[in-house]
Amino acid sequence: MLVALALARGRFPGKTLLDGVVHLPLVLPPVVTGYLLLIGFGRRGPIGEALEACCGVVFSFRWTGAALAAAIMGFPLMVRAIRLSIEAVDRRLEDAAATLGASRTGVLFAVTLPLALPGLLAGAVLAFAKALGEFGATITFVSNIPGETRTLPAAIYTLTQTPGGDAAAGKLVLIAIVLSLAALIASELLARRLASRIAG
Amino acid sequence: MLELDIRRRVGDFSLDVAFAAPVGVTAVLGRSGSGKSTLVAAVAGLARPDHGRIALNQTALFDSTAGVNLPPRKRRIAVVFQESRLFPHLSVRSNLLFGRRRRRDDASPALEQVIETLGIGHLLPRRPRSLSGGEKQRVAIGRALLSGPRALLFDEPLAALDAERKAEILPFLEALIQEVGLPVLYVTHALEEARRLARGLIVLEGGRIVAAGAIEEAVAAAGLATAGDRLLDGVTVDAVVAQLDERYGLTGLALGGHRVWAPGLIGAPGAPARLRFLARDVAVALDPPQRSSVRNVLPGVVRGVKRGYGPYASVSIDIGGAVLRAEITRRAAAELDLAPGRVVYALVKSVAVSRA
Repeated sequence: MLVALALARGRFPGKTLLDGVVHLPLVLPPVVTGYLLLIGFGRRGPIGEALEACCGVVFSFRWTGAALAAAIMGFPLMVRAIRLSIEAVDRRLEDAAATLGASRTGVLFAVTLPLALPGLLAGAVLAFAKALGEFGATITFVSNIPGETRTLPAAIYTLTQTPGGDAAAGKLVLIAIVLSLAALIASELLARRLASRIAG
Repeated sequence: MLELDIRRRVGDFSLDVAFAAPVGVTAVLGRSGSGKSTLVAAVAGLARPDHGRIALNQTALFDSTAGVNLPPRKRRIAVVFQESRLFPHLSVRSNLLFGRRRRRDDASPALEQVIETLGIGHLLPRRPRSLSGGEKQRVAIGRALLSGPRALLFDEPLAALDAERKAEILPFLEALIQEVGLPVLYVTHALEEARRLARGLIVLEGGRIVAAGAIEEAVAAAGLATAGDRLLDGVTVDAVVAQLDERYGLTGLALGGHRVWAPGLIGAPGAPARLRFLARDVAVALDPPQRSSVRNVLPGVVRGVKRGYGPYASVSIDIGGAVLRAEITRRAAAELDLAPGRVVYALVKSVAVSRA
């Protein structure tokens, strides 16, 4: 959210660069992202080593790594949605809040964020959907270990490669559809309620 | 006292103004493109002037030489915008309290009092989108007042409203901004609003001040009340309701030491009222007329006789507490031998006395 805010309202050197880096996972082949994660966050990677030394956190070939990969891949979508919704907030309302004595953080929490809420929500749902479907980066980074890093798509993939796995794969596909649909509907309902609340 | 002396360039346009607004209402009159919005933004702190100084009660809000530029929230200048700018996600009540919550340090007016004066008590739980344009503006005015400001800035608050809504809000505005005891800058393009609300007037044209001063003087100096506007030439005076004649539906007002009768029941005794005397509705007599239908016969002294357009002359008559202007023919002025110092009677039909 901070990144989205900076990109939407900030003006600073390197903004374009930050914009580029944030959006990179969106355009890079997921396998490349996964590989970069492996290099950076692997047990011998510079960041991975430091993290293990200081906090005992290990990413590579663990479920935490799968979560990290999903987060990285979902991040640009989320930032994008949040940024768009923040940019859509009427700046004149923020100005009005400032003349009424609101500080910058006051304006942010009392005006900007509440008005951008539907967008924040949409961003979260998009990121969730992306995380659910993420395959390339995850399998490259943390492989496909049963009970540890086997995500839903990885499991489906494995089953379809296994003779006689079709029935089990079908069940998982069904779960995926239900999960995605539920998330979409929930966000749609919430967004609609929020929008009607704040519609000027 | 709000003082400013600022310059700002925006593209081809440049604003260069200097004036002071004392406690009370000062209107800034100008057409679109005259620099009104640039001025508003500079005073509110939403845009930075290139050079100059803005000070409120001797405290600098902006000073280009001293490097002072307070952010809007520290200026304590509450703004009422043309488009009300109520927060759509908050109730009317939360909107009203938005500024007040953030400044609990000193005594802003009591919530109940503001709500009552503005007549918005029944709107409190509602959301802005369900309000009419006039109601929105009333809430916006309340929100500004409740933020504990040291000056008020009105940016065309009535421009987006139709005539009916304007008429609905003006009395509230009038009551409130006379009472607050703060410098009030009222930016508008409508001369009627300025006349009704303000004592001082700044006329802005192309980013420069072309006239400034007491309202009628500035209007005359800017040439706003000439030519086609001649029919509306006149003066505006402050009077107080003294008595009501309910039988005939008339109001007697105290003006200087005189009693002026106006049509309609204007308000309760003691209430202030601004009256407008059009120059063409004022006649001049050397003796008080006997047995005439004219209800208002005001003794006074001629202050000056000015030659007007064509056959017209304009006579200023000091009636003690106010100076009326009478538009008569030059021939009448000559035959009555009107000259400064002459004792005369200004005659005004009650029918012709209107509220400003």
